[in-house]
Amino acid sequence: METGQRFSLFRYAAPQQFYPLAGRLAPWFAAAAVVFTLIGLYLGFFVAPTDAVQGEVYRVIFIHVPAAWMSMFVYLIMAFWSAVGIVFNTRLSAMMAQALAPTGAMFCFVALWTGALWGRPTWGAYWVWDARLTSQLLLLFLYFGFMALTRAIEDPRRADKAGAILALVGAINVPIIYFSVKWWNTLHQGASVSLTKAPSMATTMLMAMLVMALAAWAYTIAVVLWRVRPLILERERHTEWVGDVLETSEARA
Amino acid sequence: MIWQSWSDFWSMGGAAFFVWGSYGVTFALIALELVLVLRRRKQVVHRLQRLRQAMKASARRKEIHQ
Repeated sequence: METGQRFSLFRYAAPQQFYPLAGRLAPWFAAAAVVFTLIGLYLGFFVAPTDAVQGEVYRVIFIHVPAAWMSMFVYLIMAFWSAVGIVFNTRLSAMMAQALAPTGAMFCFVALWTGALWGRPTWGAYWVWDARLTSQLLLLFLYFGFMALTRAIEDPRRADKAGAILALVGAINVPIIYFSVKWWNTLHQGASVSLTKAPSMATTMLMAMLVMALAAWAYTIAVVLWRVRPLILERERHTEWVGDVLETSEARA
Repeated sequence: MIWQSWSDFWSMGGAAFFVWGSYGVTFALIALELVLVLRRRKQVVHRLQRLRQAMKASARRKEIHQ
């Protein structure tokens, strides 16, 4: 019984078990993402009031902050899987890291893009070389570097290892981004929401932002599960179970 | 109600370019990502299926020759 339970806990670490699980879970997360997005947009555009100082342009926040959070979270999760891969030598970890990178890069770009469009009317500039913006730009380059590196190396094991090291070293940048607004004098405002003090924004604005953040989480999980599935098939193509999958999806594909 | 009319909504108090530019590009990128991910799955499955059939065929040829 004991070993049976332990077995079931680590069961899904095996690509063969994880592949169908990912396929079953992804649509649910995608549906959750759609629902949260609709609720978040409704709250953001029809419930949250006009900002007293910034007017309507502040509504960029409902994308900007969740995207910026996501770009940092995804990198940390990528670094986490990379560490797991190095320590335990599990096959699935590197595939997860590689499936996460493009979505992290997408959110990173969105954070920079919406930040630029928000900066122009409020600061008078699309871009300034301040600590927050520069470290966020560095994050985008870290994502691109990870993707380029893992794709450039032919041997998967070496590609995984090189990518993992880059992901782990680059993770130092994430706390730098987060605390940049405290450590340096920057144009970017401090955190609107933190664990230590009450949020500095109206409740409805905060709600809209948090619901959009949930949407971003759900979207990320769905798209990463969809992206990791073909990666698993490619890596495990010599196994019998992938053969079975290919036989059965012959009709569907 | 925040908005007087739909045109009031779309003009975003004069910040339409900045607000819709943010939302538009974000949703376009999400749509693009989904298309790329789903297309990649199809490509991989097709390629692996062809590879598998080629391997099966060559295995059969070997059997016949022996």
